[in-house]
Amino acid sequence: MIDWRTDVDAALEESARTHRPVLLDFTAAPT
Amino acid sequence: MDRLVRENFLPVRIPVRGNPGAMERWNVQWTPTIVLVGADGKEHHRIEGFLEADDFLAQLHLGLGHVAFAAKDWESAGKHFEEVLERFPSSDAAPEAQYWRGVTRYKASNDPAALGATAKAFQERYADSTWAKKASIWG
Repeated sequence: MIDWRTDVDAALEESARTHRPVLLDFTAAPT
Repeated sequence: MDRLVRENFLPVRIPVRGNPGAMERWNVQWTPTIVLVGADGKEHHRIEGFLEADDFLAQLHLGLGHVAFAAKDWESAGKHFEEVLERFPSSDAAPEAQYWRGVTRYKASNDPAALGATAKAFQERYADSTWAKKASIWG
């Protein structure tokens, strides 16, 4: 299972610290 | 696919309903769209539309290669492009991976022979691809 996040800016900040890239999944499906 | 995502990315799901700002910010016109963003906050790869599992995995590796390439991590970039070629040789991503593997080898070595070898490789594989045309100038 993928632990999907919802906060883009928080993920970008974490990415800047950890150098792990962010995967943004734009979906029409409801969460 | 789950494992590749879990081990390599910070995954964020954005339902487009109720998030017009995010769509505008990342210039998303359609779903599904995947945008891969590096630690520099910039987009380095995009996947638009549905893909079968192998093609999708190949695109994720291609994207990881592009992210590493942008960070000038030639070793990691080369590994991801190689992964596409070895595991998903029939995918649409494979010719692009072969092209960028050549560019990565050139960047890592500063040896133009890497580009020439890539042009030659395209004569043997993916010769009808757009990427073969792009590499033809190196031959």
